[in-house]
Amino acid sequence: MKIVVLPKQTFDTEAKITLDAAGKINREGVNLIMNPYDEFAVEEALRLKEKHGGEVTVVSFGGPKVPDILRQALAMGADKAVHVGDEGLEEIDEHTTATILAKLLRDLEYDLILAGWRAIDDGSAQVAGRVAEILGLPMVNMVIKLDIAEGKAVASREIEGGYEVVEVPLPAVITAQKGLNEPRYPTMKGIMQAKKKPMQKLTIADLGLGGEEVAPKVRARRYYLPSPRSQGKIITGEPAEAAAELVRLLREEAKVV
Amino acid sequence: MISFKLTEEQEQIRKLARSFAEKEIIPIAAEYDEKEEIPWHIVEKAHALGLMNRTVPVEYGGQGLDHVTDAIVAEELAYGCLGISGALGANGLALAPILIAGTPEQKEKFLKPFCAKPQLAAFCLTEPNAGSDVASISTTAVRDGDYYVINGRKCFITNGGIASLYTVFATVDKSKGLKGITAFIVPGDTPGISMGRKEKKMGDRASHVAEVIFEDVRVPKENVLWSEGQGFKIAMMTLDRTRPIVGAAAVGVARRALEEAIKYSKQRVQFGKPICENQAIQFMLADMATKVETARLLVWYACWLLDQGLPVSKIGAMAKMYAADVAMSVTVDAVQIFGGYGYMRDYPVEKLMRDAKILQIYEGTNQIQRIVIARNLLA
Ligand SMILES: Cc1cc2nc3c(=O)[nH]c(=O)nc-3n(C[C@H](O)[C@H](O)[C@H](O)COP(=O)(O)OP(=O)(O)OC[C@H]3O[C@@H](n4cnc5c(N)ncnc54)[C@H](O)[C@@H]3O)c2cc1C
Ligand SMILES: Cc1cc2nc3c(=O)[nH]c(=O)nc-3n(C[C@H](O)[C@H](O)[C@H](O)COP(=O)(O)OP(=O)(O)OC[C@H]3O[C@@H](n4cnc5c(N)ncnc54)[C@H](O)[C@@H]3O)c2cc1C
Repeated sequence: MKIVVLPKQTFDTEAKITLDAAGKINREGVNLIMNPYDEFAVEEALRLKEKHGGEVTVVSFGGPKVPDILRQALAMGADKAVHVGDEGLEEIDEHTTATILAKLLRDLEYDLILAGWRAIDDGSAQVAGRVAEILGLPMVNMVIKLDIAEGKAVASREIEGGYEVVEVPLPAVITAQKGLNEPRYPTMKGIMQAKKKPMQKLTIADLGLGGEEVAPKVRARRYYLPSPRSQGKIITGEPAEAAAELVRLLREEAKVV
Repeated sequence: MISFKLTEEQEQIRKLARSFAEKEIIPIAAEYDEKEEIPWHIVEKAHALGLMNRTVPVEYGGQGLDHVTDAIVAEELAYGCLGISGALGANGLALAPILIAGTPEQKEKFLKPFCAKPQLAAFCLTEPNAGSDVASISTTAVRDGDYYVINGRKCFITNGGIASLYTVFATVDKSKGLKGITAFIVPGDTPGISMGRKEKKMGDRASHVAEVIFEDVRVPKENVLWSEGQGFKIAMMTLDRTRPIVGAAAVGVARRALEEAIKYSKQRVQFGKPICENQAIQFMLADMATKVETARLLVWYACWLLDQGLPVSKIGAMAKMYAADVAMSVTVDAVQIFGGYGYMRDYPVEKLMRDAKILQIYEGTNQIQRIVIARNLLA
């Protein structure tokens, strides 16, 4: 079985977000990691490979540090990696990313495409869906259990108040939700072997793309940080009176009840 | 020529060790400190991931790391817990004599099966009356045909009595002094080995330290390292090789104390502002951070010398001594910054302070390191 995983490099969950002079998100000195939902996707791909045999390819579009997360996936056990660089692209959106990934995927063989259901940075949860749409593939979102048998994927997903089990023919796009699995650590041996595994570097031009095709359709006009949390208020007095005062403040000042 | 840029593999390995410390070690460190036990499940996990037997060549089942990379791992694991990192790392000390002096046959025979499983090894040098003064050891090895028969009592042995493999230093002729000391490889299941008293320690409590008693322990003559009388040299070469890694662990302990102190000083409000807004606290933090950085430089330099095959005795002794002193002073300062809370076991820094003390004592006390350094200076 041939599986392609689409991990994205994101800010560390503990990164402190700041804006630069131009009002853009400051990437300077920020620790970058593999998007945690994509780690679930990589792990699931490896488990499926261990069960059914096959090959896992990791593909990512982005800047010069992207090979770090691809190497992490290779160290975990993926077989090969492709990095599509973002050289020459000033601005991108989900359309850009999905167009590029889908174009590359047309040249790859796959039975299954796995991704995280969303990236923790922009949180748009669009890329995997758009890729499925462009490639005309069935798609199941936010999966917490996945079984593959006889050319079909049976996937469980959480829905309001319960679970839904769906079946789709392969090839399909599946996105991972927390709970799908517990990602493994790359082993020391895996880390050493990763450097011998193939990592291909492509440009957008190599894919025959450019210009309007990859121009973003959505543009961010402004970024701003949440206003700093103001000092908390401590209500003193007898519990009953304090509770009454709290309710009054919630109603009249905070206007939340 | 000088570069502090880690390779991609070193970055990945550091990340592995760091997340292992954060996710696996830190959550259980206080519990095993209290219980004074080795967390076996951590040993098993660490072994499976390749965090043990790190400098043993790959062909013998180790990870084949260079010493700089080993130091990176040791710092991260000790950041999590010195005792647990010691339990995982003690094999490094115990196996070093075999790596240094073992024949290919000895390595194949002893290292390979040992490294294949999560097992512990022990380095048996110290005796009740021979600590710093190694030449005074009185454990004897008497030749009997194709065997040596070992008798004696070793104390303060990390993994003592629970190890699967021992490297043992004994004298074949006490009258010869240093020239009588001989190193042996002794499998843990050899009849006659038993555990004496298990020590109750101040810190470093998730590692196991005990007496080891040797009673008519018969060891084939093929298990001698190099030859009779080479034991002292092997022990000194072993310590030259492992001291920088003790230094690396010390950097880990110190860095943890520094980070805890920074975090706490930003949260703790006294006199209407976080205590970190007092210059008195800021200067302490500045000094602590400078010590951590300089200690790491010396440790990495010593490891680099080892990797280059250059003489390391002096710089290695400096790295161990300086980093251990840094760990001690930085952890004491961290407790101070925590105030009364720092003294309490619910907060992490009192353990760091207890743990740090051992770094100034084992693998040669800091006084002995100064002797080594001075001897090098005056030679
Ligand atoms: C937790 C722990 C784990 C250990 N693990 C091992 C192990 O796995 N294997 C092993 O073989 N040993 C181990 N040891 C033993 C350790 O290496 C010794 O404790 C250490 O070398 C000091 O020896 P000692 O305790 O006999 O102290 P002593 O040698 O009696 O020293 C006492 C004091 O006198 C000072 N001193 C001694 N001689 C001089 C001198 N000439 N000039 C100036 N000062 C001097 C020392 O610096 C020290 O301050 C361990 C010890 C501990 C506590
Ligand atoms: C074992 C024990 C027994 C005790 N017994 C008693 C008792 O019987 N009765 C009682 O009332 N209390 C008792 N205490 C409390 C003790 O007096 C306090 O812990 C101590 O006064 C420090 O206060 P703190 O712990 O809140 O630290 P903090 O005041 O929070 O201080 C934290 C750190 O910040 C530093 N700091 C604070 N303000 C400044 C500043 N302006 N400039 C520079 N540095 C600053 C401190 O020196 C310290 O290093 C006890 C504490 C312990 C640990």
